[in-house]
Amino acid sequence: MILTVFVLAIFVGFEIITKVPPTLHTPLMSGSNAISGITIIGAMVLAGQMESSKLATTMAFIAVIFATINVVGGFLVTDRMLNMFKKKD
Amino acid sequence: MLSGNIVNLAYLVAAVLFILGLKRLSHPRTAVGGNRIAALGMLLAIVVTLLSGKFDFQYIIIGFAIGAILGAIAAIKVKMTAMPEMVGLFNGFGGAASVLVAGSALVAALHSVTTADPDMQMKIATVASGIIGSVTFFGSYVAFGKLAEFLAVKWKLYWWQKIVKYGFSLIVAAGAVYFGVVTIDRAGVPLAVGIMLSGILIGGILLSNKDRFPGMNTLKLLSAVVSIVLGVLVVMNPANTMLFWLMIGVAGVLGVILTFSIGGADMPVVIALLNSYSGLAAAATGFVINNNVLIISGSLVGASGIILTSIMCKAMNRSLTNVLFGVMGPSEGSATEDEVYSGKIKATSAEEIAMLFDGAQQVMIVPGYGMAVAQAQHAVRDLTNLLESRDINVEFAIHPVAGRMPGHMNVLLAEADIPYDKLKEMDEANSMMDQTDVAIILGANDVVNPVARTDPSSPIAGMPIIDVDKAKTTIVIKRSLSPGFAGIPNPLFALDNTLMFFNDGKKAMIEIINAVKES
Repeated sequence: MILTVFVLAIFVGFEIITKVPPTLHTPLMSGSNAISGITIIGAMVLAGQMESSKLATTMAFIAVIFATINVVGGFLVTDRMLNMFKKKD
Repeated sequence: MLSGNIVNLAYLVAAVLFILGLKRLSHPRTAVGGNRIAALGMLLAIVVTLLSGKFDFQYIIIGFAIGAILGAIAAIKVKMTAMPEMVGLFNGFGGAASVLVAGSALVAALHSVTTADPDMQMKIATVASGIIGSVTFFGSYVAFGKLAEFLAVKWKLYWWQKIVKYGFSLIVAAGAVYFGVVTIDRAGVPLAVGIMLSGILIGGILLSNKDRFPGMNTLKLLSAVVSIVLGVLVVMNPANTMLFWLMIGVAGVLGVILTFSIGGADMPVVIALLNSYSGLAAAATGFVINNNVLIISGSLVGASGIILTSIMCKAMNRSLTNVLFGVMGPSEGSATEDEVYSGKIKATSAEEIAMLFDGAQQVMIVPGYGMAVAQAQHAVRDLTNLLESRDINVEFAIHPVAGRMPGHMNVLLAEADIPYDKLKEMDEANSMMDQTDVAIILGANDVVNPVARTDPSSPIAGMPIIDVDKAKTTIVIKRSLSPGFAGIPNPLFALDNTLMFFNDGKKAMIEIINAVKES
């Protein structure tokens, strides 16, 4: 079942991304990179577990930092870039 | 605490928001909103996760705060010319996060007394997430180091480059040795030594000042095979976490070697490929913790990276295998610089260029990586405005692989307030070339080399190029006659209607602007 989701999502990805024009390829990369920071969810759950080993918590803690950098930095820098694209007035 | 159904529903909504957000990226007008919709989806997913169970919030909040501050500083401070480095670095963080989440989930599952042994899906996904994540992390670090020009170079480094370069190597090598020593009792000698060796190997290779060394391809193949074998062993024997860490180390060696020999014009391919890996690693992590929203978002990013990779490869008429394993360089029997250039090069001056503009109606500017290096985009904008005020139409021809990442030139020109409808894709620009009076090549070389059309034995044979030789007059702004990344001379420079303006990109623009104003 979960594999079905994976395959379907890849097809959806191909469908929408082919429509992105070359002008926006850099923002597309930084924006999609922010989305791949979704691992933050897994990292938070593992970092917040009440009874876990110290090693597991430490690793998840570092993962929270990395994934947050991706999410916050990725969306912000994409926003900054996209705001620069202007049409001729 | 939210019930499982509500949490899953919210995750579904988040995934839909990601898809809608990406869909809106298909036009500059809607793209800003699209990015914000995706960010909203992320916020929803995070909030719902935090409300979904009883957590110890201490590490979550501290980790989030550190990451948010670092990410925000990086996003606000980074210069547009440094975007490739930035995206490279962020890809790496994504890969590292996936490795750590997979490792942490494995350790936690073994530690827990209540849950059963990890099932098959989780074991395989942990291995996939670990290998892809590790390759992504180390590969991205190499890409970052090559773009920031401190890895595999012979020249003298700035102090911060030295700190990053030697610091990273030292941390990886010393960290692996320390880890091996303290766990040698539990892991046994072979595994501990293996971990130490892979760390030392990674640290050592990263210090090399050449991007190729003997035995590189053997080591590439060996590390790929060994990491897969170790992956199978981890699936069969998940209780031995040291096997997992050895696998991460060997996959790290693979990540380093895969990207180490790649540079220059091949960089856009690598950046796009690593982008794809970071998505696939996130999707694999989704299988580890059985979470749909991770799988959906990860595969979206994976698909996006694969599409960009294939666009970049097509724009160079090369296969991905050729980029990853091939050697770029002049072929036997191709013309030497002397044969191509001697006696045929005409140098020009700013004054002469200003006179050319007098009778011109259509000017096409072809930017390349040299424009980014010279930070010339604002001066280009000034020249554009000046020419337009004299009723000359100025457009830009953007080759798909111009610069060091997909869309690099477009972002730089957008930063300089050049409207995006002036940026023409290669095919459209080529169809306009017949009516172009003056074509200005600013810091581009291989993408305007007519040899691609004429010489089937050339390393760039068959690569689609911008046909600037069809414009009435071509001006090449370049500091010298040095070859581009392909290492071959460019007959364009020797054509009758080509004029060379030997200068730095930015200075050249300023001098031309002054000359036009005076004429």
